[in-house]
Amino acid sequence: MESRSNLAIEERKDSIQTKGEQTQPFKCNTDSVAGCVSQRACVYCGARVVLNPITDAIHLVHGPIGCASYTWDIRGSLTSGADLFRFSFSTDLQEMDIIFGGEKKLTRAIDDLVAKYHPPLMFVYSTCIVGVIGDDLEAVCKAASKRHRIQVIPVQSSGFIGSKSAGYKAACDALMRLMEPPPGEELEKDKTINYLGEFNLAGELWIIQNYLKRIGIELNVALTGDSSYDTLKLATKACLNIVQCAGSMIYTANQMKERFHIPYMNISFIGIEDTSESLRRIARTYQDTEMMRRTEELIQTETEAIAPKIAYYRSKLQGKKAAIYVGGGFKAISLIKQFRELGIEVVMVGTQTGREEEYETINDLVKEGTVIMDDTNPSELEKFIIEKEADLLVGGVKERPLAYKMGIAFIDHNHDRKHPLSGYAGAANFAEEVYATVCSPVWAYRERCLSTGAKEERT
Amino acid sequence: MKNQKESYRNVSENPCNMCMPLGGIIAFRGIEGSMTLLHGSQGCATYMRRTISEHYEEPIDVASSSLNEKGTVFGGEENLKKGLDNVRLLYEPKMIGVLTTCLAETIGEDIGRITSRYLEERQLTDGLPIVNVPTPGYGGSHSEGYWRTVFTIISSLAEDRMSHAKINVIVPHISTADLREIKRMLRLMNIDFILLPDYADTLDAPYSKPYKKIPDGGTRLEDIRKMPGAKATLEIGLTVEDSQSAGKYLENEFGVPLFRVPLPVGIESTDRFFNTLKLISGKEIPDEISRERGRLLDGMFDSHKYNFEGRAAIFGEPEQVYAVTRLCLENGIHPLVIATGSRSKKLEQLLHAEFAKIDGSPDNHHEKYELMSDTDFAHILEKSREVKVNLAVGHSEGKILTERADIPLVRYGFPVIDRVGGQRILSAGYQGSLCFLDRLTNTLLENKYRNYRSEMYQKYYQIYK
Ligand code: SF4
Repeated sequence: MESRSNLAIEERKDSIQTKGEQTQPFKCNTDSVAGCVSQRACVYCGARVVLNPITDAIHLVHGPIGCASYTWDIRGSLTSGADLFRFSFSTDLQEMDIIFGGEKKLTRAIDDLVAKYHPPLMFVYSTCIVGVIGDDLEAVCKAASKRHRIQVIPVQSSGFIGSKSAGYKAACDALMRLMEPPPGEELEKDKTINYLGEFNLAGELWIIQNYLKRIGIELNVALTGDSSYDTLKLATKACLNIVQCAGSMIYTANQMKERFHIPYMNISFIGIEDTSESLRRIARTYQDTEMMRRTEELIQTETEAIAPKIAYYRSKLQGKKAAIYVGGGFKAISLIKQFRELGIEVVMVGTQTGREEEYETINDLVKEGTVIMDDTNPSELEKFIIEKEADLLVGGVKERPLAYKMGIAFIDHNHDRKHPLSGYAGAANFAEEVYATVCSPVWAYRERCLSTGAKEERT
Repeated sequence: MKNQKESYRNVSENPCNMCMPLGGIIAFRGIEGSMTLLHGSQGCATYMRRTISEHYEEPIDVASSSLNEKGTVFGGEENLKKGLDNVRLLYEPKMIGVLTTCLAETIGEDIGRITSRYLEERQLTDGLPIVNVPTPGYGGSHSEGYWRTVFTIISSLAEDRMSHAKINVIVPHISTADLREIKRMLRLMNIDFILLPDYADTLDAPYSKPYKKIPDGGTRLEDIRKMPGAKATLEIGLTVEDSQSAGKYLENEFGVPLFRVPLPVGIESTDRFFNTLKLISGKEIPDEISRERGRLLDGMFDSHKYNFEGRAAIFGEPEQVYAVTRLCLENGIHPLVIATGSRSKKLEQLLHAEFAKIDGSPDNHHEKYELMSDTDFAHILEKSREVKVNLAVGHSEGKILTERADIPLVRYGFPVIDRVGGQRILSAGYQGSLCFLDRLTNTLLENKYRNYRSEMYQKYYQIYK
């Protein structure tokens, strides 16, 4: 029955490869194939993910209601101040607006919101149909900026103009506008750093901020976790950018390097290995031996603190097999390493928006026979989970029920999780979560049917 | 009483509803062997799958024609056809439902023409039904999308006039537990029925091996075809506009007598449900059901005094809002804020009649209630604060009322995404109503006990001192 090969879709062939057997160049960063039930979201989604954590901004979705309702407060980003970002605002376009254009309504919406909330900053996102009906977002926002003397920034995120990564770029464009200093004014550089591609899910930013502080580095601003209009405005004074989620922020990092001469480095605070290595690399840039000593000290203290926990979970998890399907390539790479720390082998890796060089790294990291996929779908996930006998799937909300329906463990690595996975604290949480799901007693019942249960009772 | 007509608003703040195609996806899920494809950009499908997945905890495979810039400019015909090819290859469905999104509607895609041409080209004209439903996201909420899809399924598939003894039962969007309860009640009444849409199993599939991409269950296609020959139609849905009512369609086109009833929630609506069934089938109501009814009554008496302290805000899809309001009214809970994100004329009329029944005249009700349609949570929150609501009933997005105004929320409707078991919440029938009522009463009690000591201290110790 289930013999039909999911690879029947010709067009998907080059987006799936098995390490050691590849003959063709790997295909990624292309449009999704129609009808394949891609797990990808849209341009608007990409933009929204990046900008949403800016706490005191109004995020106004110019479009029909659905787009706004599906993205209302679905991320676990935390704030230490304003919480306006947790509201969902939409121009709720109706049939008539589609026919006659939505510019007037948008103008009124902006005016209403400014009057009610007095925000220092507003983002206006365009959705699919706004691109089609041709509303001039730029002009409306510009006029509103003038009228209200606040920054109203258009985000060109029409859903169909690309995939999620196009949305990342749209968000980065919006951020750059925020950082642009008035002509003739340059901010003086200091010794602080910016943290890019970090969205403060479950307080992850604060964990890392604390590490940095302990080794003597002040954080200037994170983009965009727990940031605000005022802090973002000062982004250009940092001496270094560190980039966690390269998928979403590499573009900004490059732009900042070009325009404001701020160098950047890719880092990752996921897993013990990556966290320690990242801290070392950051400290090294300061060429301060005392700082380097403090860094080693911190690494040692923190690693030792969680070592017994990790060792225990490792002993329980040794030899299990994991499948990964996440949004970006960087996350997949860190996860592979992190699983290794727990004695778990990765047998399948896929991402929604991974880039070529990331797939190369992935290929280098995994064992022969591991399946690597770009923009996969439920059918392929199912096929390879069975074929590779994975005990565990890492993914987002949509993948969770699939894993459970197949009777295997699941780890949520999505933006809505409620516990941190960054740094040493996060590594311990991760190990605990993997243990909790892989070693749950419920799986023991997977193979048992009603009648076997009764038989055992009799003997 | 005051009926607040939402005047034209420029901005929606914290939406109370979702968009049309989402409702369509759920309705299609109730058909055996069916697979759904959204014609539009990729993101819509992903977001809706995510939301439905979170509520039902099921894999929700919905394909998308993944329209890109080219498709948007030159038309999406090729994308849609390719999408259909791939869906057939990967899923081998018995039926395909094609829904549009905002984008496809705005660029004017004629999905009916494209899909019929597709069927001809692939020589599938009598093998594979494709049901097309225009569901522009800006055209209405997910509730309207649901009803329109149910309507379209019937109007495109029902054809066989040969009469038989079954009755058609058409249901609104309710939890799978409620759907199962309705089926149990029909069986207890010994009634042969065709239920549409029946997603009791497809959206709440038992664990089984091997995993099935299209889960078992759903209304069978041959049953839908036979609906015109049924003895009668029981449409559970008073708030549906006539033009979107599948029951009305069957009556107008094929002369199937239509009986419309509200969701059987609360004693009166459940009575009406059974009495209508008795009327249609001529069968007696079994003892077991009478006992369940007696138990509900018993429970109502036990908790009536606590319930009298309830001041409720109710929100969600029109049909559910109507059901909950009636349950509250029957039990002395004061519904003070009644809200839906849909635009429903019917709901307004029905509720007016309901309140009028209580007081003789709608303007005599001892406390004003606010009826809001096409509204959002900014308004619901504001009103709830103003009239000092102490109980909220509705879907998960209402958590904002708890967060910002400390109003406890009893979860009901769709989506329930911040708790497990949204699909298992039972509220229909006498048994379900009692469960529901207990949840309401206990929430009131919990709140009362939590605040009792400090409240009394503040109120009386201060005077005494
Ligand atoms: S409102 Fe329109 S564009 Fe937005 S998710 Fe719904 S169908 Fe898609």
